[in-house]
Amino acid sequence: MKTAARLGIVSCHHCATLWKGVKAHDRCGHCGARLYLRKPGSLNRTWALVIAACIMYFPANLLPVMITASFPGEEQQDTIMSGIIYFWASGSWVLASIVFIASFLVPLFKLTVMILLLIMVQRRSSWRLQQRALLYRVVEVIGRWSMLDVFVVSLLTGLVQIQGFATVYAGEGIVAFAAVVVLTMLASISFDPRLMWDAAEQERGKSV
Amino acid sequence: MLSLRSIYEKPFKSIFSELIMQEVPGLIACEGCDAIHRRLALDHNEIALCSCCGAELERDMSSHGRRVLPLTIASLVMYIIANVFPIAEMELHGLSSRTTIIGAVASLNAQGMPLIAFLVLATTILFPLVQLVSLIYLLVSINATGHSFGLNLLVRMIQTLRPWVMAEVFLLGVIVAFVKLTSMATVLPGVALWALGILTLLLASVFSFNPRYIWRMALPKNRGKKIISANSAGAAQSTQKTVEAEIP
Repeated sequence: MKTAARLGIVSCHHCATLWKGVKAHDRCGHCGARLYLRKPGSLNRTWALVIAACIMYFPANLLPVMITASFPGEEQQDTIMSGIIYFWASGSWVLASIVFIASFLVPLFKLTVMILLLIMVQRRSSWRLQQRALLYRVVEVIGRWSMLDVFVVSLLTGLVQIQGFATVYAGEGIVAFAAVVVLTMLASISFDPRLMWDAAEQERGKSV
Repeated sequence: MLSLRSIYEKPFKSIFSELIMQEVPGLIACEGCDAIHRRLALDHNEIALCSCCGAELERDMSSHGRRVLPLTIASLVMYIIANVFPIAEMELHGLSSRTTIIGAVASLNAQGMPLIAFLVLATTILFPLVQLVSLIYLLVSINATGHSFGLNLLVRMIQTLRPWVMAEVFLLGVIVAFVKLTSMATVLPGVALWALGILTLLLASVFSFNPRYIWRMALPKNRGKKIISANSAGAAQSTQKTVEAEIP
């Protein structure tokens, strides 16, 4: 495979122009963006963000995301999971599965895939590179859909404000949940998929 | 045609660094795996995929380039409607409550959740507005004069902000919230909800336009002004050789 890096060519991340003979701190002559061969500090940054997201994942699922005060003195606390179960029990299976996928499966899937990709790069593995490239693209696309629950809670807190009868408050869990979503999105942005191919190629070069 | 592309003198760049750094025309590198490909002339609506990892290299934007300005203006109109009017109204025991998107943000902030309030504000109100306004400004000024003030910075900002514009996720969130409430109270959809639905469709079309293409739109007009110097013509030749040598 002929890669730009091997030919000494740097591709501008923003306008895709290719440059030869780039030195450190050079900027793209077309769009003025800083040029770099690979995203700077990609592995360290991605690891930090993924680990932070993993830590936040627990409070996000254990703490209540929404508190409903329906009658004086009566309070109902909802976690992400109990909200899904509520939908399922009340018969709206379609919504139950949408929320289950967006709020539970997608963050879990993203974390698993990012950890898998990071470990594979560090082990210089050339195992199923194409499928891994596809996985990365999937993670990039689906990442934003986990924001769903944040929007549901924010809308309900805005709308359900009838004092004495029904008031909805946002719980601490939603902060942790939003943090998971933002951190995993940042992690997938800071990960450079070209590192997977670099690592595999280095390993191949060594064995030959 | 693209192989004619040469190095443009930029006022803020010293001539010295121009001599060292040279553009490689006619080639494109895959963002997913760094494989080098020859840049192909794409036909109507064609997409070039990387033969190595399957990521998208480039897609034809020529027809979309003409449509994107009217679509962006329509999006801005829908955006204003979606933000000014209430998104939903709720009735319970004769009491009613309604909210706009801003209202939801404000009540989150009032409940001591400023971070979440800011996140919702940014992803559903601030970033879409910034995207739409800067895209309209860029397209109008490029069509009129061929260049615009702050072009580089704005296009780069549009590219960076793109994953953080979440109008479609918000729409799904509104629908889920609706269903959640119907068991407990009477809910009526507001004007803003319909506007939000249309906005989502329009934005999907606007955002399929890669802002990278704006640089291409700005290039041909620059090209007339800048004459290829002997030095850069030489550079083009030498890279042409690299193409022949390096492409399998």
